[in-house]
Amino acid sequence: MNELQDVAGARAPLVVLAGNPNSGKSTLFNRLTGGSARTGNYPGVTVESSIGVMKVGEGSAELVDLPGTYSLVARTLEERLTLSAVLGLEGLARPDVVAVCADATVLSRSLYLLLQLQELGVPVVLILTMVDQAEGLLPEPGILESLLRCPVVRVVARDGLGLDETRQALSRAIDAGPPPPVWRWAPGEDLREAIELARVALPPTWPASDALGLWALMSWTPEGEEDAVGALTPELQQAMERLALHPSDIDDEAIGARYAWLDAEVLPLLQGQADRSFTEKLDRVLIHPVAGFAVFLVVMGLLFQGLFAWSDPAIGAIEMLFGWLGGLAEGALPAGILTDLLVEGVIGGVGGVIVFLPQILLLFLILGLLEDSGYLARVAYLMDRIMRSMGLNGRAFVPMLSGFACAVPAIMATRSMPRERDRILTMMVVPLMTCSARLPVYTLIIGSLFVGSTWVQSGLLLAMYAFSVLTALVTAWVLSKTLLKAQPTPLVLELPTYRWPRLRDVATMMWRRTKEFLKDAGTVILGCTIVLWGLLSFPANVPTTIDYPAAIAAASSEEQVQDLENALASEQLAGSYAGQVGQFIEPAIEPLGFDWKIGVGLIGAFAAREVFVSTMGVVYSVGDSVDEEDAGLRARMMEERRADGSSVYTPLTGLSLLVFFALAAQCMSTLAVVKRETGGWKWPVFMTVYMTALAWGASFLVYQGGRLLGFQ
Amino acid sequence: MVLRAPAFESDSGAPSLAGTPLRTPVTISSVGGERGFRRRLLELGLLPGTQVEIIRVAPLGDPMEISLRGSRLSIRREEAAQVRIKPVDPPARPA
Repeated sequence: MNELQDVAGARAPLVVLAGNPNSGKSTLFNRLTGGSARTGNYPGVTVESSIGVMKVGEGSAELVDLPGTYSLVARTLEERLTLSAVLGLEGLARPDVVAVCADATVLSRSLYLLLQLQELGVPVVLILTMVDQAEGLLPEPGILESLLRCPVVRVVARDGLGLDETRQALSRAIDAGPPPPVWRWAPGEDLREAIELARVALPPTWPASDALGLWALMSWTPEGEEDAVGALTPELQQAMERLALHPSDIDDEAIGARYAWLDAEVLPLLQGQADRSFTEKLDRVLIHPVAGFAVFLVVMGLLFQGLFAWSDPAIGAIEMLFGWLGGLAEGALPAGILTDLLVEGVIGGVGGVIVFLPQILLLFLILGLLEDSGYLARVAYLMDRIMRSMGLNGRAFVPMLSGFACAVPAIMATRSMPRERDRILTMMVVPLMTCSARLPVYTLIIGSLFVGSTWVQSGLLLAMYAFSVLTALVTAWVLSKTLLKAQPTPLVLELPTYRWPRLRDVATMMWRRTKEFLKDAGTVILGCTIVLWGLLSFPANVPTTIDYPAAIAAASSEEQVQDLENALASEQLAGSYAGQVGQFIEPAIEPLGFDWKIGVGLIGAFAAREVFVSTMGVVYSVGDSVDEEDAGLRARMMEERRADGSSVYTPLTGLSLLVFFALAAQCMSTLAVVKRETGGWKWPVFMTVYMTALAWGASFLVYQGGRLLGFQ
Repeated sequence: MVLRAPAFESDSGAPSLAGTPLRTPVTISSVGGERGFRRRLLELGLLPGTQVEIIRVAPLGDPMEISLRGSRLSIRREEAAQVRIKPVDPPARPA
């Protein structure tokens, strides 16, 4: 992971930032690294880490921000990451110093991690954060240093105070080298024997220390290969099985002894408690059963409204801009395949990526403000009970809500959830929420097929929204019981003190997330756009029913020319690869009430759901600039006949199509971000498969069920 | 697997943190539950002998915010149910 090299070719120092969640680690990291940070993935896990460069002493060091954790003891591979990162195991570079971030207002709990690190003999520097809120709480400088036997620095990261002292302390620690292990308690005889058993069975590449032996003893669980320890070596597995001590006794002894030391030595030094009076007062309203939920509804309503409405002008502007660019190119360049590629593939594709930026930026702005102020933790607190009954995490609420606007930023927002399993579960169901791209399709279908009563129309639309929420929750529940079973681990929700959000930190985060989206997801979307363009445009010279060039030349009016051009486009589409695929899949979608023309529309919808409308416009030769309100398109659709003379578009077909659109995975951009956030193709593929199967099945039930009941 | 029985008593009949009234300091007597689950609670400071107090409960009864060792933590009801308590032992440690 360490990629910095100075001129002489020696590796630049590596500093790793560890600490509890909510300890102010990220803010400190941002301040120390400035804008140089980027995100990286540790191999094998979807855990994100941030890597940046910081000035240290005369030179620079690489700074890596590890995920927050309370302890090094691990149940899963993901949890084992911190251990590997601080010791330099499993191919990771060994850090020169581990900076431990500790919230000064909750010192005892924060120091538990420090004790573990010192037992392992890891060189540490303790950084006390948020010291402005611990006024008068902390002992004189120097007292903690001598007690804890490591350098101690005090910072207020948000204000940028104490950063120079931090750099100096880290620099000195890097030069000082690793200290001997520090144990503040002595294991009893039985535990010592057990530690010895474990120590000799550790993997050969690991340091053979007592502390690691103890770690293995505490991390091991008898079930599953997913656990962090059993998978290590068979010798370790056997050693665990020969233990005379009960695992709970090991935990009691080790954890009890560490806290006994903290209680005896550290607690007496702290004078009083942190001042939470402002937070207390505010929470009396914000977590109040009635007032709290009222405020919550207002805030979420604003978020919702923002994502739906406030980003519209910007989205419209971007679409216009790229449309204009495309028009420019088309006018300036000779007609032909390459121009088409440039205009519809490249310019259209890039536009299709950039168009997401307003919503992404807005969502992360709001999310950043809510998180930084401390309110987001209250949202998770309020929603936890409800969400958990569905198998979801309380923190999944905001991503799910955002899914009503667009799944792409919503999926990106799942990164705030600490556990991989929760993140993935949420990502899998967010696309089921009715995103705004489905609305044009719903409007077209409902508007064409359910004419007459506006009550029926709005009722149906509302039903679609309710249906999507219901499906999302049920699917989450099913997945949580099957594929994505949760470990029964206590998930702690900390309610941090309220603070004024720092725009600078929020802006840094917004910028980083946007960069990642453009680089990782953007390339996939662009690629897919070009492929789809190819499918829809080739083969280029489709045999046509009439000689179109001649007919157009002989045409007597603009309208006639337009009609002929539309008809030509329709025939070309029918003969294209996309058209051929549409005809190929027709047998598969016939039981759903669809024909091959709808099939082509479904293929086009893969680019973005609303493209279904314009694709249908081309298929039915009314041109591709129609929208869902277009009377011409609707009329044409109603005229469509099957081979046996019956209408293609009946209310039943419409219902089937609605259900299909509600459930099918039809957005390449969504798949692109899922790929980015999960670090691979496994989950996007799973999502596509399960959603398409669900869509097909539901559509089938609706259509065939309706037929059985006597509807057409 | 050859194991001795755990040294702590799993007294599932004893009162738990989940049923404790608000703002009543109590002492933890034992912590139950599956190994990994239990260990996490211990590592957060919920150890036998620790004094805790429930500060507030979320509107739907879950989670609950508790105070221990001079700081705050929110845990779920099902986790609190595994923490067995008894009345405070004097002399009291700060909660």
